[in-house]
Amino acid sequence: MAKVKGTIVVDTEKCKGCEICVVSCPTHVISMSAEVNGKGYHFAYLNDADGCTGCTNCGVVCPDGVITVYRVKVS
Amino acid sequence: MAENVLNKEMIKPENLVYTKTKVLTDNVMHYCPGCGHSTTHRVIAEVVEELGIQSEVLGVAPVGCSVFMYNYMDFDMQEAAHGRAPAVATGIKRLWPDKYVFSYQGDGDLAAIGTAETIHACNRGENIVMFFINNGIYGMTGGQMAPTTLEGMKSSTTPYGRDWMQMGHPLKITELVASLPGTYYVTRQAVHTPAYVRKLKRAVRKAFEYQPKKKGVSFIEVVSNCNSGWKMTPVQSIKWLDENMLDFYPLGDIKVPED
Amino acid sequence: MAEEYKLMKGNEAIAEAAIRAGTDGYFGYPITPQSEVMEYLTAAKPHETTGMIVLQAESEVASINMLYGGAGAGKKVMTSSSSPGISLMQEGISYIAGAELPCLIVNVQRGGPGLGTIQPGQADYFQATKGGGHGDYRLIVLAPASVQEMADFVSLSFDLAFKYRNPVMILSDGAIGQMMEKVKFKEQVPRMTEFPDWATTGKNPDRERNIITSLDLDPARHERFNLKLQRKYKEVQEKEVLFEEYMCDDAEYVLVAFGTSARICQKSVEMAREEGIKAGLFRPITLWPFPSKELESLTSHVKGMLSVEMNSGQMVEDVRLAVHDNIKVGHYGRMGGIIPAPDEIVEALKKQIIGD
Repeated sequence: MAKVKGTIVVDTEKCKGCEICVVSCPTHVISMSAEVNGKGYHFAYLNDADGCTGCTNCGVVCPDGVITVYRVKVS
Repeated sequence: MAENVLNKEMIKPENLVYTKTKVLTDNVMHYCPGCGHSTTHRVIAEVVEELGIQSEVLGVAPVGCSVFMYNYMDFDMQEAAHGRAPAVATGIKRLWPDKYVFSYQGDGDLAAIGTAETIHACNRGENIVMFFINNGIYGMTGGQMAPTTLEGMKSSTTPYGRDWMQMGHPLKITELVASLPGTYYVTRQAVHTPAYVRKLKRAVRKAFEYQPKKKGVSFIEVVSNCNSGWKMTPVQSIKWLDENMLDFYPLGDIKVPED
Repeated sequence: MAEEYKLMKGNEAIAEAAIRAGTDGYFGYPITPQSEVMEYLTAAKPHETTGMIVLQAESEVASINMLYGGAGAGKKVMTSSSSPGISLMQEGISYIAGAELPCLIVNVQRGGPGLGTIQPGQADYFQATKGGGHGDYRLIVLAPASVQEMADFVSLSFDLAFKYRNPVMILSDGAIGQMMEKVKFKEQVPRMTEFPDWATTGKNPDRERNIITSLDLDPARHERFNLKLQRKYKEVQEKEVLFEEYMCDDAEYVLVAFGTSARICQKSVEMAREEGIKAGLFRPITLWPFPSKELESLTSHVKGMLSVEMNSGQMVEDVRLAVHDNIKVGHYGRMGGIIPAPDEIVEALKKQIIGD
């Protein structure tokens, strides 16, 4: 089965740091930033380039829809 | 802000698999971090986009945390008085029978002050979708008991835990409306895991697809968290929800169309 | 073929006039003494002729909120009820005024307070004209005194409602609702096919979404909105006052009365005139906007006024405000559903106002 890889783009200013994406990521590659955004929230980010499969779990569960997901088939 | 996006080369339109729907406005939702209201809003907006009914859908917002729903949905909406969304939606649907009409309410709105409107809209079989967000508490006013607050559950008006001897039992209104012939599709969903969100989306899509059939109410309860009302972090609240709410409010379809 | 007269109850005339005015929806709930409005409508089945929707709701609270939804969606909608039911509608009416929605609410008054009586009364004057719900809002209030006016005021109400985007109330009472008189109706007006641009009719790509709400948490903006409402009410006060005068030109004493009381007072004026008392009748038709200026102008030659109302004295306050106590003002009224006899009113005029 062709290997898939993905990445996420987080709208860091609109992320509220609820961390539900963190616990929903099957490969546990989302973490919360050390710094905070304009509202004072830590925000989510992808911490491992190879760990993301683009499964969209994080995007789908994000209450505020701040995560955009890309996926590529890698032969 | 460190721009820590990895695999930048993948960011191309053809690789896009998920993003926020354009049917949601750009307004940042006022809900607390992790609140199930915003997720449910997003799912509704996604279904409206996928069904292409943005110019045909008319929504009714309640009074409660989701009082500002109309700031987030890029389609025509009305604000109902507390508890009256099903009546407002009835007025709209009866006069615009070919539009897609939905009401959206919290547990206090739908199952306390608005119980009569809920029961009778369902009993009349109004051809609308009724959304019911059950987080077992009054969020907007600061965490008071709701009709769906569980026995023993603390709230600002049941500080020692809900005692049914004094405050009555949590109300399973969804099972109640399912027993009315006017309801066509009745289901209880959740939004605190990706799998549940995907299931909710299928249910919402079905509910809107049923509407033109004019077979009655599609009633969708969404068991949701309320971290500030429950005084927990978002992650703690979805764990608590799993362990406590779902026993009393079991998820799944309660009534499905036979035809 | 000239439209011929029909013999009908006031309540039925409201219903027939509603169909002919091209009403889109009626949402109501049974309550004596006005249930005939909905009974007539359900029997007439206007859905099959004009397409008008008629729906019996589970309560007056539900009815007024169905009205809110229909009006917010740009449709011509109405309800009818009686005093206790109208009390249940007050929150909804305040929301309708706060969202600037056009609609018609008919109150066929009965005696109060509480369950009161099913007999006629006029004790909802304050509630109707000063606002029974919360917040600074006004209802345009029309007071019919005949079955013909019950019919005529329906289309007039809708014209005013849509002109000012405001709820309009027809304040009638059980006597006029139940009495039968001859009445002539206007030709059928087709239901609207064009809708206001502010209404929730479905967000077409060519416009921004429409939102119907009365909520605004921004203080400055909310005050600006309230000031806009007040400007609207000022305009209504200046342009929409309606009243009728009977023998006031040379009158020294004037009875001020609306609805059923005005009918009785007309006889009282004639009886007083027979006794050599120069009496007249001033009948406000719009209770809000109240005809204050017109009443005030009468004080040039009128020495005293008696406000005759089937209540403990409510409109009398507006009469006093209008004439700035330049002249003597009194009140006479029966309650409990008793309609005063003409001679009682003449006696009250002599005792309270003419004196000597």
